[in-house]
Amino acid sequence: MNTILEVQEVSKSFGGVSANKDISLTVERGGITGLIGPNGSGKTTLFNSVVGYHPIDSGSIKFEDQEISTLPVQKIARLGLLRTFQQTRIYSAMNCVENMLISLPHRKMNFRDAFTRNGNEEYERADRLLEFVGLYEKRLLLAGSLSFGQQKLLEFAMALMNEPAALLLDEPTAGINPTLINGLIDRLKRANVEFGITLFIIEHNMRVIMNMADTIYCLAHGEMLAKGSPDDIQNNQKVIDAYLGAH
Amino acid sequence: MDQIIGNISLLFEFPVVNLKIVLDGIMIGALFALAAYGLALVWGVMNVKNLAQGDFVISGGYVAWWLDQNGFPALLGVPVAFLILWCIGWVIYKLVISRVIERDLFTSLLATFGLAIIMAQILNLMFGSDTQSVDLGYETIYFFDGFIDVPIAKLIGVLMAAALAAGVIIFMKSSRMGQAIRATAQDARAARVLGIDTEKVYAFTFSLNAAICGAAGAIIVMVWVIQPFYGITHSIRAFVIVTAAGLGNLPGVIAAGLGIGALEQYGAHIFGIGYQQAIAVLLLLIVLIIRLIQQRRKRQSLQ
Amino acid sequence: MNKKVAFYAALIAITILAPFLFPDFRTQLATVWLMIIVALTWDMTGGQMGYNSLGNIFFYGTGMYVAAVIAIALVYDVGEYTNAFGGGTYSFTDPEYFTGVILGIIGAGVFCALTAFIVGYITFGLRGPYFAIGTLGVAIAAGELVSNWDWVGGGQGIALPVYPGDLDIGKIFFYFLFAITGVALFVFLKWLYTTRFGAAVNAIRDDEEKAEAMGIHTLQYKLAMWSMAAFFVGIVGGISAFQLIHFEPLETAYQTINLGIFMVVCVLLGGKGTLWGPVIGAILFHVFKEVTWNYFLGWQWVALGALIVVTVVYFQDGVMGWLMYKKPEWFGIRVDKKDITAEADA
Repeated sequence: MNTILEVQEVSKSFGGVSANKDISLTVERGGITGLIGPNGSGKTTLFNSVVGYHPIDSGSIKFEDQEISTLPVQKIARLGLLRTFQQTRIYSAMNCVENMLISLPHRKMNFRDAFTRNGNEEYERADRLLEFVGLYEKRLLLAGSLSFGQQKLLEFAMALMNEPAALLLDEPTAGINPTLINGLIDRLKRANVEFGITLFIIEHNMRVIMNMADTIYCLAHGEMLAKGSPDDIQNNQKVIDAYLGAH
Repeated sequence: MDQIIGNISLLFEFPVVNLKIVLDGIMIGALFALAAYGLALVWGVMNVKNLAQGDFVISGGYVAWWLDQNGFPALLGVPVAFLILWCIGWVIYKLVISRVIERDLFTSLLATFGLAIIMAQILNLMFGSDTQSVDLGYETIYFFDGFIDVPIAKLIGVLMAAALAAGVIIFMKSSRMGQAIRATAQDARAARVLGIDTEKVYAFTFSLNAAICGAAGAIIVMVWVIQPFYGITHSIRAFVIVTAAGLGNLPGVIAAGLGIGALEQYGAHIFGIGYQQAIAVLLLLIVLIIRLIQQRRKRQSLQ
Repeated sequence: MNKKVAFYAALIAITILAPFLFPDFRTQLATVWLMIIVALTWDMTGGQMGYNSLGNIFFYGTGMYVAAVIAIALVYDVGEYTNAFGGGTYSFTDPEYFTGVILGIIGAGVFCALTAFIVGYITFGLRGPYFAIGTLGVAIAAGELVSNWDWVGGGQGIALPVYPGDLDIGKIFFYFLFAITGVALFVFLKWLYTTRFGAAVNAIRDDEEKAEAMGIHTLQYKLAMWSMAAFFVGIVGGISAFQLIHFEPLETAYQTINLGIFMVVCVLLGGKGTLWGPVIGAILFHVFKEVTWNYFLGWQWVALGALIVVTVVYFQDGVMGWLMYKKPEWFGIRVDKKDITAEADA
């Protein structure tokens, strides 16, 4: 098995509060890994550390065997490690197609490419991916006028457009109408299988994550609590206790 | 260059000159701190960065100057400026500020910049572009064989500034409006939910700020000079102080105000009086750059 | 397609013929082009990229000084020349004058572009209001420092030679210098905003953190955009130096509260983030300014300040913004009012 992301003994605290303490985990290439834990357990902090949003206090983070904990967000993104945001961030003043086009991987362009226009190939790719997430009919609308769920799909499509090797998704089903969650799970799985993108997902919805992930990590109070397959985790007493609040 | 080196060596030859420079700086810096406090107040409560701050100060100065020109005791200028600027601040709030509070920050910045221009030009039309000052005619105390002169007027100025500051702080701590202001500063929505009329709070805060600046200006005209176009530099000074000290940090604001006063005096001594405006602005850039470096360590940007 | 070609052809024709059709307004027309250029360049970093600078005037003033210094230095010792302000003993032959003008203007543009790289590298860590105040600070500081620098004339400024020849021809000469720069800038921007570069710059405006998270080289784009803007501002600064003949550091070159803020108002009036907005706004603003100068003498600055406040508070989207709201179809924007609450198809 092939490790694409390796987190070793990572700690991060803000002021006096320890958000992550000696967290270690590995994400296997081509698989879907889940990260769960009760509110405040440090999941988003860990994500932010991995994508370079803030420096870590100690430990190491390696992506494709390269140390990334000292790199800024853009450099990590250009290595092929992307993230989506919990509050869903898209470019609201542009339409969907433009949002897609701006998401073309810049690591694959040199400076002169920046001064050309996008050609048919790129437009077709944008259309295909918008179709993939079901936004093709809305592709000429301003992204800011889409509903929250539609924006989430757009953000996902933009991430795919960027051809990442690995994608970190922060609560992808949060705020989505329950009847549409199946559609989202389906697309995530297809992206993983068809495009070969490794997924690392923070999720609160147990049904979703147990359905999708090969491996699940559980955080509690800033520390790693358990690791295992969905079955292992569901039957793990420590995990159950953490969620129900009994210490 | 030789001149500069000569000025610096003077500081080492006669250490007492340092004391003079620091004292001069502190006395004027106290007034900068006042204006900065007002800026921080408006900034914290309404998230409006008021570039017209300095023009409120200069306006207050002209109130006192006009009183003096017309035979009234100049010291009366301080409370009169306080009141007049309070009213002006209230009007400006209702006409302009209230409409830019909810918008993005550049809008409020540009609107207050426009106000600054209007005020500076009106003052120029009304009073001309010469620098003005009011001589209270009080004596000067001399120390250290005449090296250090402390005009009693300046001393009175500092005392008035301190009294005003103390008054405002006590008001903020113990009055209901003061509490309402602090609550709104922390979380406007929550304040509204709890029944505080945030519109009234905003109007009050902005007027209070204008009044504080007016009083500070009335004091400044007695210990320094005013001129219609000095406003923007005062605004920048206030901005530097608040940026250096941080928003909720009152002792920091005082320290930074005194510090800027002293630094400007040092700069004026070493490089020459013509550089004083330049130094105030350069301090701004230095503070911003220091903040930038601090933020970069945390990989954040300065918003 | 034909309508567009005819439209632009008409504009070019007007541009070329204007100084001859309205001989009394030659300087005015030149000023309109100046306003158009500083408005378009402000919009490059402001409306298009979201970095609202209050200090672009820094490049105008620097361009003025660089052009003047180059033109003088070609023939005389700069320090001596500026010392003998109004001395009258320094004359320029025709070739010396024109060489000075050309080299000075180009040098001004290049120098400003390079300076923008350096200043930008420092200031682009600042966002929002800090960027605005920081750039304002740079412009004020430059003005104050230069006014204490004797080599370039200190507080008195510099006096350049007058246009050799018929002064009316001179006005036409300067008009065309401005107009050519303006047309070049417009054509350049028209192209730039269709490229990926333009889209990336807009992305930085819409959500810079998102752009960073998607791997866009944000700093490179910011620096490039500002340098290009600075290049053009430097050039018009240089042209202004020779047109005005005499300039001072604080009042003319680094005029933060005049041209420095006018450029922002022009863009807001016309509509920021659009190609035609700054142009329309510049023309409207210039007309307003001329009217108030003639009829409100004494209170014109107050009127201008009031215009700033009113525009900022009430009319922030400008003419183009208003048009885009009323007639989005003209601009290819599709807003689907029915669909805002519905979810996407599964």
